[in-house]
Amino acid sequence: MSIAANQIGVLLATLVLAALFLVSLGVGAGDVTLFGLWHGTAELDLLAISRLPRTVAVVLTGAGLAIAGLIMQAITRNRFVEPSTAGTAQSAELGILIVTLLWPAASLGFKTLAASVTALLGTAFFLMTAHRLPPTQPFLVPLFGLVYGSVLGAVATLIAWQLDLLQYLSIWSSGDFSGVLRGRYELLWIGAFLVVAAWLVADRLTIMALGRDASIGLGIDYARMMQLGLGIISVISAVTVVVVGVVPFVGLVVPNLVSRLMGDNLRATLPVVAVSGAILLLACDILGRLIRFPYEIPVGTVMGIVGALLFLVLIFQPRVRG
Amino acid sequence: MIRIENVSLAFGKTNILKEISVSIPKGGITALIGPNGAGKSSLLGLAARLLPLQAGDISVDNLSVSSTSGKVLAKKIAILRQDNHVGSRLTVRELVGFGRFPHSHGHLTENDHRIIDESLRLFGLTEMSERLLDTLSGGQRQRALVAMAYCQDTDYLLLDEPLNNLDMYFASELMKSLRNIADTRAKTIVIVLHDINYAGSFADRIIAMKDGQVVADGKPADIMTETALGGIYGFNIPVISVGGQPIALPFRR
Amino acid sequence: MIDRRLVFLGALALACMVAFMTIGLRGNLGFVLSLRAIKLIALIEVGIAIAVSTVVFQTVTANRILTPSIMGIDALYLFAQILLVFLLGGLAYTSLDAKLKFGVEVVALMALSLGLILPMLRTRLDMGFLLLVGVVIGVLFRSLHSLIARVIDPNDFAVAQASSYANFNDINSELLTVASLLTLAALVFVWHARHVLDVVALGRDTAIGLGINWTRTQVACLLLVASLVAVSTALVGPVAFLGLLFVALAERIVTTRRHSILIPAVALVAIIVLVGGQTLFQHLLGNSSTLGVVVEFAGGVVFLILLWRGSRK
Repeated sequence: MSIAANQIGVLLATLVLAALFLVSLGVGAGDVTLFGLWHGTAELDLLAISRLPRTVAVVLTGAGLAIAGLIMQAITRNRFVEPSTAGTAQSAELGILIVTLLWPAASLGFKTLAASVTALLGTAFFLMTAHRLPPTQPFLVPLFGLVYGSVLGAVATLIAWQLDLLQYLSIWSSGDFSGVLRGRYELLWIGAFLVVAAWLVADRLTIMALGRDASIGLGIDYARMMQLGLGIISVISAVTVVVVGVVPFVGLVVPNLVSRLMGDNLRATLPVVAVSGAILLLACDILGRLIRFPYEIPVGTVMGIVGALLFLVLIFQPRVRG
Repeated sequence: MIRIENVSLAFGKTNILKEISVSIPKGGITALIGPNGAGKSSLLGLAARLLPLQAGDISVDNLSVSSTSGKVLAKKIAILRQDNHVGSRLTVRELVGFGRFPHSHGHLTENDHRIIDESLRLFGLTEMSERLLDTLSGGQRQRALVAMAYCQDTDYLLLDEPLNNLDMYFASELMKSLRNIADTRAKTIVIVLHDINYAGSFADRIIAMKDGQVVADGKPADIMTETALGGIYGFNIPVISVGGQPIALPFRR
Repeated sequence: MIDRRLVFLGALALACMVAFMTIGLRGNLGFVLSLRAIKLIALIEVGIAIAVSTVVFQTVTANRILTPSIMGIDALYLFAQILLVFLLGGLAYTSLDAKLKFGVEVVALMALSLGLILPMLRTRLDMGFLLLVGVVIGVLFRSLHSLIARVIDPNDFAVAQASSYANFNDINSELLTVASLLTLAALVFVWHARHVLDVVALGRDTAIGLGINWTRTQVACLLLVASLVAVSTALVGPVAFLGLLFVALAERIVTTRRHSILIPAVALVAIIVLVGGQTLFQHLLGNSSTLGVVVEFAGGVVFLILLWRGSRK
């Protein structure tokens, strides 16, 4: 992939994202028009309190999840894993559940911290196990992760059921941006910082995808990079689950699609993956708002359909050679 | 000099290496030969700190591989392992370029590009440098990986069966390139080979291993004899001389 | 001669049924008993449906960690429902007679299985690949289902939260007669074909060599599986790993893959787990609605262990 073509790709993606951003500001139960914005304060308030925070939240989440998936695929050397198919998101859910249980008044920040810790533990266990599955059967790893996630989900459901927290659990287990308001989404900016952090170590991540031996041979502290990667994945997943709930497939399909178009030199592709993740999620969120206007379909449901379809296309279509 | 002292390695109850001591001085090509399971790859892996040392010590130019930082060693010693499954969609040039990572940490300089170009040329990859790895044949990919190791520009180059997947033409081309590198750039190359005739023809020294021990060590002329080979491999291998070059004929009739 | 272990399982199953019917009886005996009897029949039916469909599916795919649900057949049932909604329109669908609706759904599911699952099974793809596709298809149809539910009635969150676990508490008893007939027919058919199934389990090539009409057998087995999945899904909801749990347990006990023993054993284990579990949860733990989650958890763990062991052989 030449540098010029690469830059055109980034530019195009950014333009699409900007367009969707504007559309997202305009779509919702309350009307926002340019005319109204010029004259009244009510519409400005709507924009500032609800529409803008929501749109920013979607962008941050989409970018963060796509990068989390990208990192996970690099460090597991398996193209078909991502946080929601590796037990990460479900471990985070368990963490929030436990905190809510022990300390109902805990702040959002503290919940995120707890969720990050459990996400880290759950993902580390998955990686240790998945590592021992035969590399000749790459499909076993995501399968193992999906079922592992559903087992963790069953544990969470069981706890929630016993303690009458089922309603809370359903909030976390299905991603939804309709509740995002100013003052309640800002934690997501952590994800943005982590995306930048990932970009700074992009070369190392590319090398890690070549394998442990190649990484050590090139002088990379493999164990520390593994920990760093795990940390980024866990925190992004935890923040997402705490603020909006589980959003499946973004981390899976976006890195794969970008890889098919632009290859796997992450320093070049990582920004594109982040922007594309934001585009996909924003498009799905807008779609969810339009399908049954003025009611909303949660983005988790829309992504479940769009993401699953894209994923099936990805695994059925043999690699384009050339 | 790579100094290997009293190195032992065991996985569970299986002893892979038993008290190995051997030194490989700077310069030239050293071939490691021996039957499957002799411990050649393990020894190479230990020397390149891919496996943790259990007993004994290995040093490269007096830098102990167990205590020296990975970054420093990456400028000293490069290794190509046997099973290199690369799933990433990178171009040949990108892959080879990652060999420069220990030096430039991803910010390629003019000098880096010069070395990349040279590596590509040296291993016959210039024409396919913009192609993606997954479009290459097994042999082309293998050459790209050797080029990447070379591009690391280290004094020591460890290659574990680099002739895998190569047809006769490219196998012999690769060996000639390595010979050339060793002679003109003063590189020290340690190479695991299965075909003893390549070892006999291209190496300066042959170290033979069997059951985790060094069983023979010397110049090709000393190793490429019926008695020595018979002792290493455990069956009779006739050796004939073709133009002064000893050729083993391990084909039972 | 009847296998001793089968007798043991039978006795245990009977004990569970008796316990289910008698423990904690209070109030109007006739009313309570008839209520419990209906529930008992439903549980037994579901158990048999899951057991037989799993065994037959595993046999015909020559794969010991597959269940129809993992392959997404129960999600396909949801898809069949969605199709009907689209064809008939939301209102017409909800006002349809339950039995008629179920009948149409069964036929639709059979058609979908033949159209979608059969071609996949015949491609002889990598097992891990097939499983992954099945799981993803499951996610797809479940999401579609909750989407449609929301589109039909945006305020009805109960429907939208389409339960992801089987619920053995409020069983849809309207369908009991239809479901009973279907299950019984399937049972008779499978028992009749038990020796054929033993041969089918040897794999495609061997079975053909022994004179089995492979295509016909495969189609018949899949139709049978589809109808049984429809029964269990309609009665209690999705049961991803339940069948796997039953088969794994039964195989441990009877240590054979011969269908004349395995099928009754799995069915009995299913009854013991479901009826016994329901009794236990209802009277001892005081919360019967979590049985579905607990067995699903256990089944999931069994799946992970089987996958882990199988892949490392």
